Amino acid sequence: MLAEILQSLPQVLVDGIALGAIYAVIALGYTMVYGILELINFAHGEIFMTGAFIGVAMLILMTGMGWLAAMPAVLALILVLVVTSILTGFMGVGIERMAYRPLRNSPKLITLISAIGVSFLLQDLVRFITEYKRGNYILTGPSMFNEKFSIKFSSISSSFSDAFFKTSTLILIVAVVIMMVGLDFFVNKTKWGMAMRAVAQDRETASLMSINVNKVISLTFFIGSALGGATGVLFAVQYGTIDPYIGFILGLKAFTAAVLGGIGNIRGAMAGGLMLGILEMFAAANLQLLTGGIFGAEYKDVFAFAILIIVLIFKPEGLFGKAVTEKV
Amino acid sequence: MGIKRGLKVLAASALSLGLLAGCNASGGSEGSSGGGSGKVIKIATQTPLSGGSATLGESIKLGAQLALEENKKKFEDLGYKLQLQPYDDQADPKKGVANAQLIGSDKSILGVVGHLNSGVSIPSSEVYEKYKVPMVSPANTATEVTDRGLKTVNRIVARDDFQGPAGADFAINKLGAKKIFVVQDKTAYGTGLADAFKKAAEDAGAEILGYEGITVGEKDFNGVLTQVLSKKPDLVFFGGLYTEGGQLIRQARDKGIDIPFMGGDGMDSSTLVEIAGDAVKNVYYTSVAADASKSSDGQAFSSKYKEKFNKNVESYSAYGYDSMSVLLKGLEAAIEGSDGDLPSREKVAEEVRKIQDFQGVVTKVGFDDIGDNKFAKVYIYKFSEAKYPGVQEGEISK
Repeated sequence: MLAEILQSLPQVLVDGIALGAIYAVIALGYTMVYGILELINFAHGEIFMTGAFIGVAMLILMTGMGWLAAMPAVLALILVLVVTSILTGFMGVGIERMAYRPLRNSPKLITLISAIGVSFLLQDLVRFITEYKRGNYILTGPSMFNEKFSIKFSSISSSFSDAFFKTSTLILIVAVVIMMVGLDFFVNKTKWGMAMRAVAQDRETASLMSINVNKVISLTFFIGSALGGATGVLFAVQYGTIDPYIGFILGLKAFTAAVLGGIGNIRGAMAGGLMLGILEMFAAANLQLLTGGIFGAEYKDVFAFAILIIVLIFKPEGLFGKAVTEKV
Repeated sequence: MGIKRGLKVLAASALSLGLLAGCNASGGSEGSSGGGSGKVIKIATQTPLSGGSATLGESIKLGAQLALEENKKKFEDLGYKLQLQPYDDQADPKKGVANAQLIGSDKSILGVVGHLNSGVSIPSSEVYEKYKVPMVSPANTATEVTDRGLKTVNRIVARDDFQGPAGADFAINKLGAKKIFVVQDKTAYGTGLADAFKKAAEDAGAEILGYEGITVGEKDFNGVLTQVLSKKPDLVFFGGLYTEGGQLIRQARDKGIDIPFMGGDGMDSSTLVEIAGDAVKNVYYTSVAADASKSSDGQAFSSKYKEKFNKNVESYSAYGYDSMSVLLKGLEAAIEGSDGDLPSREKVAEEVRKIQDFQGVVTKVGFDDIGDNKFAKVYIYKFSEAKYPGVQEGEISK
């Protein structure tokens, strides 16, 4: 049994890291907003989905005009990523301005309902537009970065098999690493980052220290949504096909990843996302072996969430979270 | 009152929509004759003529219309004037039932060709049964349509629960698969199909290497595919719909899994080709509808249809034609049985059920005691290139 698990491990790791990287970036959006507003922004999964649709629409448009063939694919992707993240960034700011700010002083539950409302609105808006334009809400983008690679793990030791992946997987992982390092630098090393951390710690005191709280909150939404939108584009390139409902399940899992890492903690969200992705992939590939055929791959989420529960029992603040003392 | 008036308006608009609008006498049309050519017998069609599946519904209606017009002369000799009465069920069970009530109360209607959707067919046929109107379905595959044992309900296509075994038959005997990996999407449709396939494949001596589930709505199926990769089967069977199927196939090909994939009619969609792209090559799917262009009868039908309506045949056009032909054959027998008098609906239903070997353009028809067609076949299609629909590769009969 162990030999078989070991055999497929390289493949599981490659797939798990790719999926986990997506969870991780979306988890960042949840965790940043929670850190500052203590609001679970359920619309964040939908921002990711909208980003995916904007990206694919742009790619299709560029293919139609022949630009995609004219410029290097990587350049085209970077262009699409930048434009999409700016658009979704402003979308996030707009959502905060319209749906959350007027409710900032009302009970937390009301803002949560407002977030769920926004999420339905975005889902159906995107579905309506896509169906209107294309006659079908399932959208398939142009095929990009499809070259296949394999890492010859078998040459290291015969107990491993080779891992297969595509160029798009590599691009996904590289782009996610750049985004994460950039964000980490921004939050910890810049003046605006310091302002964000200050607002997260104590909103009132921060405002007394001449920090414009509304601006910082807008900025947080901008960055979180921009990252989410960019991930949407990467997701669409990696998996090819998107529909308006991808944001729901992915958003739920990313939120879980944020909780696993310790909600409000940026590095925790990154680690939580990767961990959840790898766990899920490992369970899908090996659960049948581990349980002797009683549970199959369909129980992968049960496995991943059982681990989440165990972690939360022993460390309720999450893996990287700090236990917060109740504010008086 | 309001509802009834609404229905009347609807019925009137349905009449005016019909191609025979000019011939229809409004109001009490019972037995009133137009030009001295005998009594009027109407046959209704009930298919979606508006909405998303209007193309398919329309094609069934046109197929039925073609058959009716070809038989007009024969019935005039018997002293009856045939008329087609098309209804639009809008693919909506409520609308189907409301139309069924109208059909039931119009005494000159002696049969129904319909519906496209099993979900509409099931409640509507309860009404037909009440009024004893015989129904011949050109397209309903759900097992429940005939399993209720209604005397008036018949269908000429295969049942859903035959698709899995037919797929297994083809996979093992034609493709030579010995080691099979089964994936299903945990829905009633997907699990049912996959279970039926698995059982038939095991009975035929194939080895099932794995039976795994995936979640509808997810996009990443690499975990399950890693298992496929390490177990090295000769065929993967997928019980589910095209959205997940397309992703599964695409990701499998990315992993270098080049073995054939097979699925049920849930994969029978142009969107599958769109999602999977070139990866769709070497994918098989089962369908209850035959490719009409494969037989000479079918080709003759297609050109006749094209000439008359200036439209290309859809997958169920010929089934609409055959359903109407079967219904008219039963009607003819009933008229003969009553010495030329107008037969009762019950009599027509009995005669339709009695049909044992009728040769239609795409299928032979013979009903068993619950109204399933004994000669119904499941057809296997293959994608050899990234183009929909696939090419018909084989047919499996019971």
